[in-house]
Amino acid sequence: MPTPLPTPTLRQPTPTGVTAARLVLLGVTWAIVFAFNEWVWDAAVSGMSLDPHSRATEAAHYFLYDSAKLLLLLVGMIFAIGLLRSTINPERVRAALEGRPLLLALVLAAILGAVTPFCSCSSIPLFIGFVAAGIPLGVTLTFLIASPLVNEVAVVVLGDTFGWGVTGAYVAAGLILAILAGLLLSRFDLRDQVEAFVFATPISKLHLDGAKPTLADRVKAARIEVRDIVGRVWVWVLIGVGIGAVIHGWVPEAFFVEHAGADNPAAVPIATIVGIPLYSNAAAAIPIGEALYAKGVALGTVFSFMMATVALSLPEAVMLRRVLKPRLLVIFFGIVGVGIMTIGYIFNWVS
Amino acid sequence: MDIALLGPGCHNCVTLEQRTREAVADLGLAADITKVTDYADIAAYGIMATPGLVIDGEVVMSGRVPTVGEIKELLATHSS
Repeated sequence: MPTPLPTPTLRQPTPTGVTAARLVLLGVTWAIVFAFNEWVWDAAVSGMSLDPHSRATEAAHYFLYDSAKLLLLLVGMIFAIGLLRSTINPERVRAALEGRPLLLALVLAAILGAVTPFCSCSSIPLFIGFVAAGIPLGVTLTFLIASPLVNEVAVVVLGDTFGWGVTGAYVAAGLILAILAGLLLSRFDLRDQVEAFVFATPISKLHLDGAKPTLADRVKAARIEVRDIVGRVWVWVLIGVGIGAVIHGWVPEAFFVEHAGADNPAAVPIATIVGIPLYSNAAAAIPIGEALYAKGVALGTVFSFMMATVALSLPEAVMLRRVLKPRLLVIFFGIVGVGIMTIGYIFNWVS
Repeated sequence: MDIALLGPGCHNCVTLEQRTREAVADLGLAADITKVTDYADIAAYGIMATPGLVIDGEVVMSGRVPTVGEIKELLATHSS
């Protein structure tokens, strides 16, 4: 029996002061849980009277502690970032890029690609939406390179596992790669290499409401982002940290030092090629990269591996094939692949 | 009432369809639910992030999967 239509529930808006107080309380709770994370797992190991120095115990402890820490960090950081950026969306990015001089547009596209919440399943509508609205192809591709490569998940996981210096280097390298690739692609007239229907798509501009979000709106947006992003990546965190734990526990150090140290010039291209079929996101690639680094793989090689895993993938290629003709697809992947290897060699050479 | 679900068939789009059907059933509405999976058709609605929810030709949400409760509110607002 059909129930009558319920009237939309119009809840009384919570006063901003109350919302702010709740946020502070939430923050303090988070900090306490975060501070006790290591202690809990230490206590669990000694409580179950396991040998704390056996490989299995160490690996299990590393897995539990590290995945719990990463998930806590991700929830906290994504919530905080969500509070700040609840007004950024692809429509606004497109408006910001329209009519800019090429170089400025490329830099903006890379930075906005990094800060815009974005799921790879949206690449194609976004590509069509940008290109059909007249955003240059190179600028659009810069956005598509930067978006998976540099984002809040990558920054949080990198900062936690490698420290903030390496994180800064990764972010800079990723943004420069996206900008240079877009610049290079802009040198050629490649519009005939885009499937014709893209240009034929009518773009009805969505109405952008200019209402200033209240604190409660921002909290709601941030909660939705945490649910969406953490809901998507938590499995990858567990997979990445799990594989990392196995590498930490069982792969002998000499193996990687011998085969993938800084003095092996083949290590970078191999790491890049190995990364391509490993379709995953930053949440899984980075803990694996950290374990490889701890076992003596050179930093540049680790960067190439992580970037190739995140930015070059077969499913991405299959998706982009819908809008890019094969020649441009090969050029695009070629430029990004060469860029990733160049970054690997540069970091191996510098460090 | 015509409901269109925009999305190429990714995980989020499947979730949106389930929730929309649940919301429609809960409200006892007579609604035609169609799925738009072609990229060109999706982009023609003006959205750049999937999935998208369209009620009677108007995009009411895009870029994320609304909860069943949110869908019900959207449906109720549009049917009145």
